[in-house]
Amino acid sequence: MAPDPTTPAWIAAAWVTLKLAGLTTAILLALGMPLAWWLARTRSAWRIPIGAVVALPMVLPPTVVGFYLLIGLAPDGPVGQLTTALGLGTLAFTFEGLLLASVLYSLPFVVHPLQAGFAAIPADVLDAAATLRASPLDRFASVVLPLARPSLVTAALLGFAHTVGEFGVVLMVGGNIEGETRVLSVLLYDRVEALAYGEAHALAAGLLLFSFALLLVMQWLGRRTVLPHG
Amino acid sequence: MQIRRLLATFVLLAALPMLAAAQTPKPATARIAVASNFADAARALAADYGRRSGHRIEISAASTGKLYAQIRNGAPFDALLSADAATPRKLVDEGQADGATLHDYAVGRLVLWSRDPAAVKDGEALLRRGRIERLAIANPEFAPYGVAAREALQYLRRWDELQPRLVLGENVGQAAQFVTSGAAPLGLLPRSLVLEARKTRPGSGWEVPAGWHAPIVQSAVLLAHGKDNPAARGFLLYLRGAQARKAIRGFGYD
Repeated sequence: MAPDPTTPAWIAAAWVTLKLAGLTTAILLALGMPLAWWLARTRSAWRIPIGAVVALPMVLPPTVVGFYLLIGLAPDGPVGQLTTALGLGTLAFTFEGLLLASVLYSLPFVVHPLQAGFAAIPADVLDAAATLRASPLDRFASVVLPLARPSLVTAALLGFAHTVGEFGVVLMVGGNIEGETRVLSVLLYDRVEALAYGEAHALAAGLLLFSFALLLVMQWLGRRTVLPHG
Repeated sequence: MQIRRLLATFVLLAALPMLAAAQTPKPATARIAVASNFADAARALAADYGRRSGHRIEISAASTGKLYAQIRNGAPFDALLSADAATPRKLVDEGQADGATLHDYAVGRLVLWSRDPAAVKDGEALLRRGRIERLAIANPEFAPYGVAAREALQYLRRWDELQPRLVLGENVGQAAQFVTSGAAPLGLLPRSLVLEARKTRPGSGWEVPAGWHAPIVQSAVLLAHGKDNPAARGFLLYLRGAQARKAIRGFGYD
């Protein structure tokens, strides 16, 4: 997307941010549901190391993720070689590269609420559905999803909010390109460093209100159910 | 009478360490804010100065614009080695720095560089009309070398065309790291950083003619926070010496 020079910087950044958070959330829900289901239900010993890997982004400094992504996405890096071979070019400094980074970085914030929601579904409910000859897919759609709906909403909101709040990884692999990789948090950092406190105040207040509103919705939705903790 | 003599002795005894301190200066520590392009050079020079003087110099590197913002927000830096002449001048005008210590310590140059040894064969043709996928530069909003890169591209009338292909580093250090990691195929970088990068990987490069942008004159100044810091004052004096000047040219400055 070529930036229109008349568009204010914050609109371009807000659009990139919303697009990034929305797509990240959609991808993470699609990937996260089977993964969370497996983690919640399996008795395999693998669930311990895989659970730890899923949780890694919660404790890793963003610079670690950023550094490995930068190396990995470079033309001779493993991901870079793959994407170049597939004719996709390199992902460094592109929106797609940021999307990959965000999916990795927000993974636990989607998987953990889902996992907690799935784990809370009593096994006998599923057994009952099975005895009624519901297919596995049918059981998932008509039993699991309705029961786990609050966790699904929580997972989506947390994944979205956490992606909007991402900063360090984007700073390292984004390259600050307007309309492509310059998200709101990076724009705010730029404005602060340029001593443009007027714009910085507007951006910071906007992000604060947005995050508060999201969490308010989450608290309100979870007022009767116990919120799964990440 | 005796009490008075006793008192005088006490005062003398108490003053003795102070007198001794005045004669042999106590080692001091100075925090110096350094533009990223000069960070490696400053570290080497600070180590040499430390051996000679016994003082300690701590280096904090960032883009000049960011260092300026930090200084204006009360960052405890004793001196600034800027990547331009305008920022130290501005700090003097704003009463944040000592104008008597203001001096130019280096003149920088830009190099078009790639870590691919075959990428820059005819650098001039490449910059004038070649196909450029992505070009890493420092953010012109904070970094004087980013400004120089913008001026060079404007001089070639390619700024508008290449703007969407620019990858902006927070400072020249990050821009250089984008190129050395291979994430960006090309960069317009300070010669000092390219010399450093070439130690591990020769790559290919071409020196941008000095006339394509305003001269990158880099000034140093003592900041208000460092006005009583002997280490900061001494380091600025040391930078003006013939030996330091020679060393600075060796780090890639004109």
